[in-house]
Amino acid sequence: MKPDASVQKWMYETMVKSRQFEEKTAAVYLEGKQPLFNMANGPIPGEMHLSNGQEPVAVGVCAHLRPEDAVTATHRPHHIAIAKGVNFQAMTDEIFGKKSGLSGGRGGHMHLFDAAVNFVCSGIIAEGMGPAVGVALARQMRDEEGIAVAFIGEGAANQGAFHEAMNLAAVWKLPFVCVIEDNSWGISVAKRDATSVPRNDVRAAGYGIPGEYVEGNDPLKIYEAAGRAIARARAGEGPSLLEVETYRLAGHFMGDAEEYRTAEEKKSLEANDPIPKMRARLIEEAIITAEAADDIGIRMMAEVQEAFGRAASARYPAPEEALEKVFV
Amino acid sequence: MTNENRKKRKLTIAKAMSEALAQEMRRDKNVFVMGEDVGALGGVFGTTQGLLDEFGKNRVRDTPISETAFIGAAVGAATMGMRPVVELMFVDFFGVCMDAIYNLAAKNAYFSGGHQPAPMVLMTSVGGGYSDAGQHSQCLYGTFAHLPGMKVVIPSNAYDAKGLMVSAIRDNNPVIFMFHKNLQGMGWLGTVKGSIVDVPEDSYTVPLGKAEIVREGEDVTLVGLGATVHQALDAAGELEKDGVSAEVIDLRSLVPLDRETVLNSVKKTGRLVVVDDDYQSYGVSGEIIATVVEQGVDFIKAAPKRVAYPDVPVPFSRPMEQHCLPNASKIRAAAQACF
Repeated sequence: MKPDASVQKWMYETMVKSRQFEEKTAAVYLEGKQPLFNMANGPIPGEMHLSNGQEPVAVGVCAHLRPEDAVTATHRPHHIAIAKGVNFQAMTDEIFGKKSGLSGGRGGHMHLFDAAVNFVCSGIIAEGMGPAVGVALARQMRDEEGIAVAFIGEGAANQGAFHEAMNLAAVWKLPFVCVIEDNSWGISVAKRDATSVPRNDVRAAGYGIPGEYVEGNDPLKIYEAAGRAIARARAGEGPSLLEVETYRLAGHFMGDAEEYRTAEEKKSLEANDPIPKMRARLIEEAIITAEAADDIGIRMMAEVQEAFGRAASARYPAPEEALEKVFV
Repeated sequence: MTNENRKKRKLTIAKAMSEALAQEMRRDKNVFVMGEDVGALGGVFGTTQGLLDEFGKNRVRDTPISETAFIGAAVGAATMGMRPVVELMFVDFFGVCMDAIYNLAAKNAYFSGGHQPAPMVLMTSVGGGYSDAGQHSQCLYGTFAHLPGMKVVIPSNAYDAKGLMVSAIRDNNPVIFMFHKNLQGMGWLGTVKGSIVDVPEDSYTVPLGKAEIVREGEDVTLVGLGATVHQALDAAGELEKDGVSAEVIDLRSLVPLDRETVLNSVKKTGRLVVVDDDYQSYGVSGEIIATVVEQGVDFIKAAPKRVAYPDVPVPFSRPMEQHCLPNASKIRAAAQACF
């Protein structure tokens, strides 16, 4: 089922916001790290994994989700967090390591936790599988509304946690969806060199559940496939496995020289950037005008600038706050 | 308990644990149990006896042998306000799902800035002495106590087991509840009689993080946990014949650790022997001695001693294993060497 115009506008707007966020993050991240790259320097220290190019997965799935639905995301979480409605300012503050961040600077960009919208993410591959299944279990046991979605990368589908959790979700018929973002690269190792099947959706057969592969990094196709899986989960029919073709326009992390990718691949990825494609389609189908699309770009840029400005000037936690919140 | 006329009844640790679980499950519908063989079997070590009959398969869940999945799932369920009690039979098996324990459960509160704690209990058996070899006999107390974000308790008797379990379930943090096989009261394992004690029928709590002086003395402090508490008590009885008055402390909880009770005791006795059936290096015995040296060096009249498991895997053959384990005579000798 095709999303209505307002949902499509939300999807476009959210993709643009995510992209603006990542581009701003990249620029600020490099401050203080030049000319000699030192990860610990600058206003945003640590590793940084950008999700440019993967926005269609986030909006295609999250367009179906409500605040009570839970999401576990990966070490590359920003696009999903934004689409799930994570507190944008607190998230930005968190990646700066500020006191006003989601966890007061304890988590950073790989550990964004927002209880208000049931969002968590993790720096460990496939680690969100178990907790998402547990959320789904809690929903089922208490007969409550709400499902759980675990986003993982295609490399994570080779982890034990993936297989164990899929089986558990299937055997207990939990309201759970696993979404695999197939960007074809596990850091520098190609999917074809790491995974015994070309597409992970066939692995669904191993758990006796439906699996589907979506080609083309197309937000509408992803929306439709996710809609089927999520409807099944809501109806109490059990989990589904969805693998979605996508790609990251950037390297694995900021500073990645990407020697494993050819110049042709990079060029073709850029030519297939999903955001200009969606913009062109929305204008062609008269869902928005070119002026409205431009306006979205300007508005999202302003929101991002505002958030970054506030985050940059927000105060750091006192050093001794590091000792708090180990236990509650 | 206040009722002096209450009929006394002695329970094993296994029965005390399952009674605590049943009472908490009746009190709070968010409490549920999952793990391998916790249903019809009632837990390999008897920890979930009778629960399936009363609470059904929804709240007493047998899981596949998929520890990463069900411990990870416990974290997810806990963040949603449920209170899972998960059993992973042997602490030796924790390696297969260590990530779910120390990266997930233990860090959830911290990474969420305290907003999404994981109130769950992870029950597991520890200890050897019955020739089950190196993958079924370890204690690993120090390993889990070392990693921040988890509370760690180990009862030495049934009274404490029930009260600590109730506290663990009600605690808003992940708690590793270790129970020692030699104290559990299972027919197929020899059980130290001292662990089978009077247990009130009513619900009660034993606080996490409070050690107990189980025998008062003047001349030397013996610190133990789990099974070694009983060995220390035996040693104290022998030492009395030597004219040495030993005080015995049961740590009960490793995280939080009640350093004060140990320090106060050493202040009185001036001598310290720590007994630990976990590996010696980098472990509980070192931590206790370090505490006393750091905070109470002026009290010490003799170099502290430790009786711990040597740094070797647990052997199968009985003479070798028994050679390695702490026992009352080793403790007695260590205590005598302090004079």
